[in-house]
Amino acid sequence: MDKTVRFRVRLKDNIADVKIMIFHPMETGYRKNKHTAEMIPKHFIHTVKISHNGKSIMQVHWSRSVSKNPYLNFRVPNAVSGDELSIAWDDNMGESGSGTATIS
Amino acid sequence: MNLSKKRRAFLNSALALISTLLIPVKGYARWDETAYNEVDIADSIRSIGIRNPGELRDASKNIELSLPEIAENGAIVPIKILSKIPKTERIFVFAEKNPQPLVSDYIFTSDVEPFVASRIKMGETAFVHVIVLADGIFYRTARQVKVTIGGCGEE
Repeated sequence: MDKTVRFRVRLKDNIADVKIMIFHPMETGYRKNKHTAEMIPKHFIHTVKISHNGKSIMQVHWSRSVSKNPYLNFRVPNAVSGDELSIAWDDNMGESGSGTATIS
Repeated sequence: MNLSKKRRAFLNSALALISTLLIPVKGYARWDETAYNEVDIADSIRSIGIRNPGELRDASKNIELSLPEIAENGAIVPIKILSKIPKTERIFVFAEKNPQPLVSDYIFTSDVEPFVASRIKMGETAFVHVIVLADGIFYRTARQVKVTIGGCGEE
């Protein structure tokens, strides 16, 4: 487990409203380093896998056009207190990260 | 039942079990590099499996799309999509004038609502197209966002 993912989960009427933020530069490859004038290489998350109590429920594909420190909001029905939500991401440079939250 | 028949029955059931184990549990489409690298909106839309744009059904009433009319900062444009089309399997987002128009795609199972909110970058004023795949049929809606300061060369 790492600290790249931050969760905010609200449970209402058995629907979990899940908001996550992933700390990631999401570089487009079109930006210049102000000091060296060199182009900053593209660096972005392309896949996010989401599961509920270990069962895969959703898959996300992103590009360089998703904002820095990506925010994602989704809704999980049939959720109860104590359920586990987890996400795992992969980027174009072979880096990855994950996070888990327990619904309170 | 003689021995060879028993043996055959055992082998058959063993083979059946092995083939069951070999079938992948879940088949999500993978991140499609070709589609994400297309630079023209028409090619980009074609690349997700739409041969003829005429087959896209207008669904502006069944796809709730929230976007700002004016985005002062193109680096952070909030977007919210709710599909009311039954059996929504997938939602694609395109920013027409970005260097690569395909922004994101979301694959849903029946264990999650066909809803998503995120933040995208927009290089300039352009239409944002949302395409929903439901029960094998593609639906679309679009909205223009006026961008004051472009967000592709920025953070």
